[in-house]
Amino acid sequence: MSKLGIIINGLIKENPTFVLLLGMCPTLGTTSSAINGMSMGLATMAVLICSNFVISCLKNLIPDKVHIPCYIVVIAGFVTVVQLLLKAYAPAVDEKLGLFIPLIVVNCIVLGRAESFAAKNSPVDSACDGIGIGLGFTCALTLIGLCRELLGAGTVFGASIYPEQFGALTFVLAPGAFITLGFLVAIFNKLTAKK
Amino acid sequence: MAKLENSTKNMVLSLTAITLVVGALLGLVNAVTKEPIEQAKANKQSAAISAVVPGEGNEISKGEIVTSSNGEEAVVFSVTNNGQLIGKAIRAVSKNGFGGKITVMFGFDAEGNILGYSVLDCSNETPGLGAKMPDWFQKGQKGDVIGKNPGKNNMHVSKDGGEVDAITAATISSRAFLDALAQAYGVFSGSEVVTTSASQQAVAEEVAAPCEEACDGCPKAEKEESCHNEN
Repeated sequence: MSKLGIIINGLIKENPTFVLLLGMCPTLGTTSSAINGMSMGLATMAVLICSNFVISCLKNLIPDKVHIPCYIVVIAGFVTVVQLLLKAYAPAVDEKLGLFIPLIVVNCIVLGRAESFAAKNSPVDSACDGIGIGLGFTCALTLIGLCRELLGAGTVFGASIYPEQFGALTFVLAPGAFITLGFLVAIFNKLTAKK
Repeated sequence: MAKLENSTKNMVLSLTAITLVVGALLGLVNAVTKEPIEQAKANKQSAAISAVVPGEGNEISKGEIVTSSNGEEAVVFSVTNNGQLIGKAIRAVSKNGFGGKITVMFGFDAEGNILGYSVLDCSNETPGLGAKMPDWFQKGQKGDVIGKNPGKNNMHVSKDGGEVDAITAATISSRAFLDALAQAYGVFSGSEVVTTSASQQAVAEEVAAPCEEACDGCPKAEKEESCHNEN
């Protein structure tokens, strides 16, 4: 598979949110607005690319019996790096995402890709897979955030589209996350099934 | 290269090596980001202070930590311009938010009129309801509190007989906001007379003994002053 093929694969065929249905906790928790969803997606993508690359480099140095703890140490390391960098250079983002940044450690997308892709492929291919899956996750989260923000608060990326009082508040709250996700998964599957 | 086999030695070695390398990396990143993180925190604080006590060329004093009447920590910043007191910025906490604590910075002028406020933390309030707090009580908005004086105006929500319009469908969050205001004003009106430093005051409160004992070792003038305060 070509490098581009790997990226497209992560974006559409194995889209982590709409097809693999992985990492649902941050998907539902952080998408109350488009910008929040996008920040979360990008933070996860950064971790995913780094961890995939490093784990692929180390795959032969790690005995099978301890591979999970080794992967988790690498992933947790990168998550903490991302968290410290965000705190230092983008405190507003860190505040919005709060607890969800450290929780990337237990995001099953990251460990899942390490296990199913990085452990079997070359470092460069693994980094590409990180980019693809990361982009897929970012786009999905941004899209969900966009729908929720538009329906709930009448804004898109903070820019007002229609007066707020006509919005359905439900969409900004937790139930709206489930409803939006359900409809988007259905639409995504319908569109990709045709191809 | 073939995969390392599952011997105890290999497992211990690889896990130890990875942990060490990751630990070293984290130490490095921590050292690099430590200063910017402190800087970002300080910037946020001073931005909040200048937002609630507006004016050019103001000087902000170092924060003085006191305990407000609900037992939470409040921080008082005096804002001066050429040695003249412009107002005070007070960071207060209310425990009565819808989902826990809220933290608000209030600015008062010398008479105790509210100059402005800035919500530092309302992350536990409901988005779209209580989380409207940062805008709802600003000047020109429905719940406008700017320019009012908690010593003269009745700063309660209208449901409780006060004169502030609560956020629609978020009375609890509104009450919490006004509770934070009351805490801040309590500290403000107290800070007019309290001249002892925060730590001394805390000691005095804890001991709850006669003034003379609490102030043992204080210079005479200071002793009298803090005794006066206690009475």
